[in-house]
Amino acid sequence: MESWRRNPLVFWIIGLPPTAWLLGFFLIPLALVWVLSFAELRGVVDMEVTGTLSNYARAIDPLYLQIFVKSFVFAGLTTVVSLVFGFPVALAIVFAPRRWRALLLLLVILPFWTNLLIRTYALIAVLRTRGFVNFTLEWFWDQANAVLSLIGLGSLQLLGGRFEPLELLYNNTAVVVGLVYVHLPFMVLPLYASLEKLDRSLIEAALDLGASQLHAFRTVVVPLALPGIISGSILVFIPALGSFLTPDLLGGTDSQMIANVIERQFKSANDWPFGSALSFLLMYLTFGALALRALYSRRTAGQGRG
Amino acid sequence: MATPVGPLDYARRTWVRLMLMVVFVFLYAPIVTLIAFSFNDSRRNIVWQGFTLDYYGKALRNDSLIEAFGNSLTIALASTIISIILGALVAVLLWRFRFPGRAGYEGAMALPIVIPEICMGVAMLAFFSRVGWPSDLPWPFSLSAITIAHVSFSFPFVAVVVRARLEGFNRELAEAAQDLGATEWQVFRDIMIPFMRPGLVAGGMLAFTLSLDDFVITFFTSGPNTVTFPVKVYSMVRFSVTPEVNAASTILIVITVALTATALWLQNRANDKAERAAG
Repeated sequence: MESWRRNPLVFWIIGLPPTAWLLGFFLIPLALVWVLSFAELRGVVDMEVTGTLSNYARAIDPLYLQIFVKSFVFAGLTTVVSLVFGFPVALAIVFAPRRWRALLLLLVILPFWTNLLIRTYALIAVLRTRGFVNFTLEWFWDQANAVLSLIGLGSLQLLGGRFEPLELLYNNTAVVVGLVYVHLPFMVLPLYASLEKLDRSLIEAALDLGASQLHAFRTVVVPLALPGIISGSILVFIPALGSFLTPDLLGGTDSQMIANVIERQFKSANDWPFGSALSFLLMYLTFGALALRALYSRRTAGQGRG
Repeated sequence: MATPVGPLDYARRTWVRLMLMVVFVFLYAPIVTLIAFSFNDSRRNIVWQGFTLDYYGKALRNDSLIEAFGNSLTIALASTIISIILGALVAVLLWRFRFPGRAGYEGAMALPIVIPEICMGVAMLAFFSRVGWPSDLPWPFSLSAITIAHVSFSFPFVAVVVRARLEGFNRELAEAAQDLGATEWQVFRDIMIPFMRPGLVAGGMLAFTLSLDDFVITFFTSGPNTVTFPVKVYSMVRFSVTPEVNAASTILIVITVALTATALWLQNRANDKAERAAG
């Protein structure tokens, strides 16, 4: 690497266009939102920057605080569920025969290449009351009923008079299912990366020395896979926390997340200052999660050297 | 299955296999159902009534859908070209120069990758309305606001990909060329760009798919006359689940999967070539 002073002209020619773009079309828009978060509404669309903190104060209002808490719970649940399902998948891929490994990995990544909106839509088509899951359940219900009438219990209507489809959509569960559906690959890939580097003889040694599978898993595999678990969790948690589309399309009226409230302030409620304050709060939370991860990786790097 | 399951054969344990199956069914069943029912000869979308291509015909005759699709492709193409240029410049800058505030610069370049989409969306909305960006321009230029927003979130990704490629560049090649009298521009054109090409192609494909896929940021920058494909699908999905949307979605799935597969294939081929050349 050379100092920029050796070739200032080349340095500026290379550096100026992207820097100007980042400044003009990214940093300035962000700064504008930051400034707006200290503004007050004057009339319907007019805003005046007064340096007020009232927009941030409003965010702590129980109504909105509850939405922040809910977003945290949704994102946290998504992370935990992704970890519970992602870990065995990553483990299976790592220990699968070599020729299967690339294919299985590809299968995990493939859905990720399809549009988020389309994947969410696919989930709606499957989960709605007249969707595939309910259709399958109804089929089982019919079969069970047929069996019951066959053994002479048909008239008792043990399963109820008619099939009641499950309400699988437009509630909190649907949102978490949708978030897991979208973010699972983010969990599996880092887990795979850290499990792949794991020295298998360590597990063998633990088993030889009399540890049970569970004990070896808890005391050998999990600690060694910890970097992957942390990376995967952050990679799932951050986008899940800020998701807009999933709660918007799969959630009910009470499954709103922060991003939905922000969207409403900018589109229908027309309260840009409040929406701006919420955006920056969401951004601070994101940076907080990233900082935690950086702190963790620095600590483990320090241990590695010591 | 003649050999017994060894203690480390986790991939052969029943519960692991069961888990694997559950996850793959969960990941694929919705998409497969969506694609399958785009060929189903029934509006009800549940019972299989026979094969038809009707809904593809309907989707293709839907003018507003086709217009949205054309807009998406135009935006993706324009934003990809600009992103490749800007991303390559960032990569070369960070690869070549030491300058004060470098770490901060790298951090700022990573910002568009890490901040929540919704925050970027509202920032773009606020910015374009504040500067009074004209919204009544004739066709390709009416898409300028969306294109600009797409470049802003794509080019940092291109920069990451191209920079990873440059890690393997032998600086002595450039130095040798300069010693032999090549100008800065000649070194850039004849040595740097050919070396970066696989990274540029892969980064470009990434930028193209990111642009084609984006909903949230476009949602905040598009107007009534500048609807993109995902925004159009969103408004259709809000109303109903129809085989027509299935057909349109299937077309988009095929396009993005084909593009990404091509990008990976090109990258692999370039890596193979590089390995053969090295060994």
